[in-house]
Amino acid sequence: MTDSAANDTLVPGPAPFSMDCFWIGFRRAYVTPPGIVLFGMGVGAAAAVKGLTFLDAFFFQSLVLAGASQYVALELWTDPLTWTTAFAMGAVVFTVNLRMMLLGAALRPWMGGLPWYKSYPSLAIMTDPAWIIAIRYHREGGQDWGVYVGACVFLYLMWIVSVVPGYYLSAALENPERYGVDLIMPLFFITMLVPVWRGRMDALPWGLAIVVALVVKALVPGFWFIVAGGLAAAFLAAALYKDEAADG
Amino acid sequence: MDSLMTQGAWLAIAAMVVMTLLAKMMGFWIIGRVPLTPRVRRGLEALPGGVILATIVPITLESGPAGLLGIAVATLVMALTKKDWLAVALGLGAVAGYRAVLEPLV
Repeated sequence: MTDSAANDTLVPGPAPFSMDCFWIGFRRAYVTPPGIVLFGMGVGAAAAVKGLTFLDAFFFQSLVLAGASQYVALELWTDPLTWTTAFAMGAVVFTVNLRMMLLGAALRPWMGGLPWYKSYPSLAIMTDPAWIIAIRYHREGGQDWGVYVGACVFLYLMWIVSVVPGYYLSAALENPERYGVDLIMPLFFITMLVPVWRGRMDALPWGLAIVVALVVKALVPGFWFIVAGGLAAAFLAAALYKDEAADG
Repeated sequence: MDSLMTQGAWLAIAAMVVMTLLAKMMGFWIIGRVPLTPRVRRGLEALPGGVILATIVPITLESGPAGLLGIAVATLVMALTKKDWLAVALGLGAVAGYRAVLEPLV
């Protein structure tokens, strides 16, 4: 683990951490419960239908901690589970969560200066909404990574608590589309994206992301369209970058 | 529920934990080995929006007019009020309302 040593040459220094900012992040995540709790309840409900015991469902929820991929993996769940099925579930989860790679990469400029024993454990508790809250704070000029940890911890608590009613009330969520539950995540994401918009500078990369995602989704099965769209935006933005210092 | 855990569940959960951690940590690790020039930094800054849009636009289009209406309402409310809870609530209301009232008519 020479990771922190390698970073020190690339980033200014370790980002600060304060409990004050931990609680700021914790509180900024207060808007998420309707979506997260319903989402978590949905996974709990699906787990109950698939015949997981409550402990199965609870460990699944609290240890894997990756919403959308858990839904997909549950589709493969059989009783009793074989090595082959377990391997397939691991592969499916990895594919769906590949986009997490991009989220982690986006945190590097901010948290790259931290020692590995702080940065890597904090990546383990990363969830999409917490990441969005943290990125928004960072874009507004914030440096304290306590905000990130606070948002992650709040969401983690909501996530593991929500599996309990979801598991036991699974029948009640039989037709969640009626209440728009299937669109909670897109609604939440777009809401967080609006304040991050910086005008024309973002228009081309973001537009390309949409086009590439739609094309790849039509041609390639699975969740690759998310990876392709995100990477397309990043590469286009880098290609369009003009070196103001004119030294390169 | 005879047993506390389904037979083999620990194996599947362990496999999924390892793969999730790998996905979460890999990008951070790789990008630490690429020099963070201003150009790389600019690319990384475009990642969040790109990933978000690549995720939600296909999902929204699949869900039809209800999804588009919900997204439009949420975007508008957020741009005008800057209150995320209100934007999500009204967006959801628009989706539920559309499905309850207009969809049966179409």
